[in-house]
Amino acid sequence: MKLFSALILRDLRSALSGGAWLPVAFFLLVAILFPFGVGPDGALLTRTGGGVLWVAALLAALLPVDRLIAPDAETGVFDQLAVRGVSEELIVAAKFIAHWFSFGPLLMLAAIPAAGLLRLEGTTLVKLEIGLLIGTPGLAALGVMAACLTLGLRRAGSLAGLLMLPLAVPLLIFGAGSLALVSGSALSLLGAASLFLCAITPFAGGAAIRSARE
Amino acid sequence: MLFKGLSLTLQGGDAAYVAGPNGVGKSSLLRLIAGLLEPFAGSVALSGRVALADQELALDARLPLAKALGFWAGLDGGTVDAALAAVALDHLAAVPVRILSTGQRKRAVLARTMASGADIWLLDEPGNGLDTASLGRLNAVMAAHRAKGGIIIAASHQPLDLPGAVGVAIDAAQ
Repeated sequence: MKLFSALILRDLRSALSGGAWLPVAFFLLVAILFPFGVGPDGALLTRTGGGVLWVAALLAALLPVDRLIAPDAETGVFDQLAVRGVSEELIVAAKFIAHWFSFGPLLMLAAIPAAGLLRLEGTTLVKLEIGLLIGTPGLAALGVMAACLTLGLRRAGSLAGLLMLPLAVPLLIFGAGSLALVSGSALSLLGAASLFLCAITPFAGGAAIRSARE
Repeated sequence: MLFKGLSLTLQGGDAAYVAGPNGVGKSSLLRLIAGLLEPFAGSVALSGRVALADQELALDARLPLAKALGFWAGLDGGTVDAALAAVALDHLAAVPVRILSTGQRKRAVLARTMASGADIWLLDEPGNGLDTASLGRLNAVMAAHRAKGGIIIAASHQPLDLPGAVGVAIDAAQ
């Protein structure tokens, strides 16, 4: 447990000292630019704004993917951990938790001014925040998994994006869907999709790191 | 396949010196012993903890040297100060890792290995990029480790001062 928290703290520290603001800045920038693109029609913004913020959150989660796994693999950190008997699954789980902490809460905070810019109503904002709380762990897991799977490939960053976007479609559909529906069924499905991604990421990522070592 | 028919037994205080031309599999042998690679045939049996000092630094480039080493020492339950003093890097403890020179990086890897407190050291080209004074310190550190009952397996194309070391010559597989 001490080892696990040490790994998380190390990743969090390096994320916060090097560009954790990047996804959040991107997210806010989309919220600022979108009204310029579609015009100042308040009703249109209210209707589409929630979905736009979900797309922005998805793309923002993509930004740090090339810095998540590859630097530690290249500098031999994973090898050193393996020599010490630390399993790759544990490493990936720590990476995933640290990645979520470095962008999830900040994104939820940034959603408040973004909702103002897109004229979202208070009830929609609450639904959006609940959806982000459930969905961003899934996005973080997906980013870590894509980074592991593209380890050692050329242009891994862009490839990870291509790999990740189709797999994120369920999160997007159920996340954006939960804004329109009154019943909680979309949120339940969002939770299921997110939980599934969180559960398989340590195992898929761990296997990918091991096979990249050969 | 890189090599075959290799057999090696070491006890506490022993050392092995792996020699051979470039690309013959010296580093792979060390990674095999460290458990990072699976042997195609045969087995590796170890008792005690292993430390691998290969070409990779495995230190956070932005952090000061002492803090970056402290991460590994914290995992291993060791301390950094004595190791930094032994490789004469104590005056650079507050300097970020990214601005260290080649020889200083090599010494930082040695300090990481010392601070781990491991019994078995696997050293891959430990003398690369070191000046004469640093080579002397490397030899002293290795001798001290063996005097405490530790094992050293070093792969190098340079001569190292390892008295009584078992020579391991790797021949390319047919």
